[in-house]
Amino acid sequence: MARAVSTRRKITFTVIAWVIGIAIFFPILWTILTSFKTEGEAIASPPSFLFFDWTLENYTTVQERSNYFLHFWNSVVISLGSTVLGLIIAIPAAWSMAFVPGKRTKDVLMWMLSTKMLPPVGVLIPIYLLFRDAGLLDTRTGLVVVLTLMNLPIIVWMLYTYFREIPGEILEAARMDGAGLREEIIYILTPMAVPGIASTLLLNVILAWNEAFWTLNLTAANAAPLTAFIASYSSPEGLFYAKLSAASTMAIAPILILGWFSQKQLVRGLTFGAVK
Amino acid sequence: MATEHSRATARLMISPAVLLLLAWMIVPLALTLYFSFLRYNLLMPGMEEWAGFLNYKFFLTDPAFFSAVWKTLELVGGVLIITVVGGILLALLLDQQFWGQGAVRILVIAPFFVMPTVSALVWKNMFMNPVNGLFAYLAKVFGLPPFDFLAQAPMLSIIMIVAWEWLPFATLILLTALQSLDSEQLEAAEMDGASFISRFFYIVLPHLSRAITVVILIQTIFLLSTFAEILVTTNGGPGTATTNLTYLVYVQSLLQFDVGGGSAGGVVAIILANIVAIFLMRMIGKNLDA
Repeated sequence: MARAVSTRRKITFTVIAWVIGIAIFFPILWTILTSFKTEGEAIASPPSFLFFDWTLENYTTVQERSNYFLHFWNSVVISLGSTVLGLIIAIPAAWSMAFVPGKRTKDVLMWMLSTKMLPPVGVLIPIYLLFRDAGLLDTRTGLVVVLTLMNLPIIVWMLYTYFREIPGEILEAARMDGAGLREEIIYILTPMAVPGIASTLLLNVILAWNEAFWTLNLTAANAAPLTAFIASYSSPEGLFYAKLSAASTMAIAPILILGWFSQKQLVRGLTFGAVK
Repeated sequence: MATEHSRATARLMISPAVLLLLAWMIVPLALTLYFSFLRYNLLMPGMEEWAGFLNYKFFLTDPAFFSAVWKTLELVGGVLIITVVGGILLALLLDQQFWGQGAVRILVIAPFFVMPTVSALVWKNMFMNPVNGLFAYLAKVFGLPPFDFLAQAPMLSIIMIVAWEWLPFATLILLTALQSLDSEQLEAAEMDGASFISRFFYIVLPHLSRAITVVILIQTIFLLSTFAEILVTTNGGPGTATTNLTYLVYVQSLLQFDVGGGSAGGVVAIILANIVAIFLMRMIGKNLDA
């Protein structure tokens, strides 16, 4: 039962929570605001908060100067491509581990997890050299492959924790009623598994979109997704605050929106089911 | 009631994932290990020769290595302290009743979704820049001299940036754990006259201990590999003030083209990460039985 809370106490907490919440969010808010300023206003002192001439010019400049859309598209292809490929490989695996667990299922799961513990820098050189020899450096294909393998353990684990919650009795009941394997999968398992698959997709697109080790080390001008493109602003272009802000706003907006939908899955996916 | 037939199917369904991960793990690892025993520089192709433990000797006696290990620990430790303490406080706050809970939660979680290169550059330029940054402006308002964060306190600045990225993660997990706490237990303690402080230390904190451990272990795994934030803000400098182990190996292999030395560094990084990983795996493994 919720305790009755005095109004005064509630007001106090409302004020504190909003002040802290806005403070934490402020860098993002400031970036969004700055993206609509002119370069002059962006570094004006005192800084203008809302009362400046709003302009969209930075957004068009960023696109014209650096073919922003190419990098945006790279991000889309790499994050979606690696996640979908990962799902195709992981769904059967997670499925069979959840519904036909064997003696070694737990060991396999733990081993998969352990591959995730490998620090990327430990295999940077071989991957770099193999990619160089295979002509995969600075290609979207190469990054899709690496990110698929990077995130495969998380995908398998997330799916496994979701599938495990589908009650097996339902399957038995369906079998009693004469459902074959095909009907079982199409009419019973798939509808029950879709929410879990969707949240796995969501979280892994986010992780792949923001991945910034392999994307920075394996790409140059052609296949660079937004993480690597924004890094090119480190100097001296980063001093053009308004343009940096416009490029950043476009890079984080889609994932910010997706992210807010995936709050719950985030906990589950990133703790491998250890906290629910 | 799995039949022989369904077991065979199950094995078939798992094998692509297992084989791919096995290849992903074994091939590069074996190569790293092999390279680490070679004298191999990309600038001198065809000159590779067996070097025994020479690379390890150079790497482990290089003062840069000890500095990098120390910087890595500083970074991981600093971020962990800020995010765990801050996360507990924030989770306690968000667990209270107030208007706009959902909205504040969204504001607090947002930094987690910002890509590392964006958050590092935004902090570096728009906040920490000693001339045009917001902090410089604030300092001026209060009559203080401007502070060049990334030059005068480089590691602390990077810790701040990375902590800002990870605070939402800690908060979210601790909040989830907090919400599973039985409120009747707290009410009973309150009625018996337990103060907020003692309720926190005797009931809330023990309840959170498991979630705190998970936060620490998972963050450590990711924080050991911090790279992008360092690359776009300080490039490991000034000097080697912000060169962590990941960055050191990157410099050695992709900037100095020293494949042998870089590989030896990579192997060391793997060993260090594994020490943490063992503890994490035990925790998660236990949960799997439950």
